[in-house]
Amino acid sequence: MSEQRPVFLPRDGLQRLLDAMRQDGRRCVGPVERDGALTFETITKAGQLPTGVHDRQMPGTYQLEHDETPRCFAWANGPQAVKPLTFAPQETLWRVSRDDRGLHFEATPGEPQSVAVIGIRGCDLAALALQEQHFLGAEHIDPQFGARRDALFIVAVDCAYPADTCFCASTGDGPAVSRGFDIALSELDEGFLLRAGSVSGQAMIDSLGLEPPSKAQHQQVEDELAQAVSAQTRQLPAGNLRDAIFERQEHPHWAEVAERCLACGNCTAVCPSCFCSAYEARPSLDGEQSEQVRIWDSCFSFEHSNLHGHALRDDIRLRYRQWMTHKLAGWHDQFGRSGCTGCGRCITWCPVGIDLTEEVAALLEGEPA
Amino acid sequence: MILHSHMPKQARVVERIQESQDIFTLRLQYPDAEGDRQYVFAPGQFNMLYLHGVGEVPISIVSDPQDDHYFDHTVRAVGRVTKGLSLLRKGDFVGIRGPFGQGWPLAQAEGKDLVIVTGGLGCAPVVAVINYVFRRRERFGHVTILQGVKHHDDLIWRDRYAQWAGQPDTTVALAADNPGHDKTLFAGNVVQLFERVDIRADNAIAMLCGPEVMMHFSVEALLARGFEAINLWVSMERNMQCANGLCGHCQVGPLFVCRDGPVFRYDRIAEWFFRKGF
Repeated sequence: MSEQRPVFLPRDGLQRLLDAMRQDGRRCVGPVERDGALTFETITKAGQLPTGVHDRQMPGTYQLEHDETPRCFAWANGPQAVKPLTFAPQETLWRVSRDDRGLHFEATPGEPQSVAVIGIRGCDLAALALQEQHFLGAEHIDPQFGARRDALFIVAVDCAYPADTCFCASTGDGPAVSRGFDIALSELDEGFLLRAGSVSGQAMIDSLGLEPPSKAQHQQVEDELAQAVSAQTRQLPAGNLRDAIFERQEHPHWAEVAERCLACGNCTAVCPSCFCSAYEARPSLDGEQSEQVRIWDSCFSFEHSNLHGHALRDDIRLRYRQWMTHKLAGWHDQFGRSGCTGCGRCITWCPVGIDLTEEVAALLEGEPA
Repeated sequence: MILHSHMPKQARVVERIQESQDIFTLRLQYPDAEGDRQYVFAPGQFNMLYLHGVGEVPISIVSDPQDDHYFDHTVRAVGRVTKGLSLLRKGDFVGIRGPFGQGWPLAQAEGKDLVIVTGGLGCAPVVAVINYVFRRRERFGHVTILQGVKHHDDLIWRDRYAQWAGQPDTTVALAADNPGHDKTLFAGNVVQLFERVDIRADNAIAMLCGPEVMMHFSVEALLARGFEAINLWVSMERNMQCANGLCGHCQVGPLFVCRDGPVFRYDRIAEWFFRKGF
């Protein structure tokens, strides 16, 4: 769609935006403070958003802090954002029952409820675009993912408060959001600049009847985003790392990481682009019915590489290597770009604080092996 | 809406054949004409077999695509699902999703000599190809079949090998680490068989199936005999769960074995082939 001029939404008008998002029976999902973290939940009131909340993130550490800012998006991210809304952490694919005439298979998922989500960052939109390529771009598509994506309306927010673990500027996926949204917000103390990224986003903006922002407001958004870029201290090396990483399959650094890595799978659970899932049969007690359930899986699990009862990746060195070589090298072949969008969650939520950017740097320092 | 590639159709067991102590063949048929009509596959492709309440396993299709109204799966009872499948009897039902993946390059192989190398018990996918070739014998050049097993008892389908050996312009050589008293078996492994047969690389295609270590050394033997990597094809096994290229378990480097394979042209997988952990 053609570039539309942004408009200004005063802070006390935020509820009107949420009300518009909730029209037509849509469920509105947004960030809320829960259990010491920011999680995405169903909301109805602007007051539920995390006003005056900042996140302090370091390797292995996530803490929320509070001050007097009126802003409600003055943080970088929580452990999850949009991924669970399109790629369900657990879902029943089909049911089967058995009688004298055989097995009767029946599809279970109904039409998904429409969802409008607010507070999605550039890193997560870039990861969503990769998941769309994975689940919808090849020969066999995932119909559940497709139905949920079609029913999702996205209000993204530029990220003016990157965490210490963020490196989206080096992957080119943030801190400003540039694509894959219906509406994008830039937050100022007094309100929000809104711009549309889709026809339905433009229609919603038009329905709010807003005026253009001042030149000073424009400038402040620009300045804050420039500051958010320069505030990022971590980075991935520029360019395509595919060959450099695949050439180091036997590098000694993999064993060094394995001495720290617990293979807990936290990094894959919080990664917005990781797409692995496992299939499980869950029979009823009498054995007459069964459900086929799909749940998120991790390449750090022992079972992930099972072949005839043995794990192909039977030590942590091989599992960490699988994760990193896939994310930063294999994705180039599969999807035309790296699978990392710089959100930094794998660094924050690693219980021993393994830092992907440091491990890549250490790996590339050595000669191919 | 859910697609057939995600949800099984039921198929009936019309025959069950015990091939060896732990290997059996299920002959299956779709009860409805619609399922039967849409069933088109190529040798080397596989189905997901669902055992009610237990789970699914990927199994290659061993029968010929022109065998109307039924299809065969030869299975070794090793895990939870395959042991359960081994208990099925005529008239029982399984769920089927498929066929999936890329099969053998049979159109490309027409007019050429074929070298078919198989080891261990992973011979079902190449039995499909051998049957396919002999039903259309005039389309192919010289056929060399090399098979190795650990123990002479593992060599199922002995009668078929004898039958193939009697075909014109065909070489069959069998090896067993432990040949027992069977004088027709070479005592050794399949790679050593290369020393005992005459293989010409010009205008030939090789198809390999079995343990990766066997395929690795067979690839080396074939490259040493002048084969180009683009004329070598290998059939891979990995932990395939969704079979749609979505669940991620079967990846070898950037390749999804279920979708890009299970049969690969060797040069396309060489970067990760026989590398522990991929």
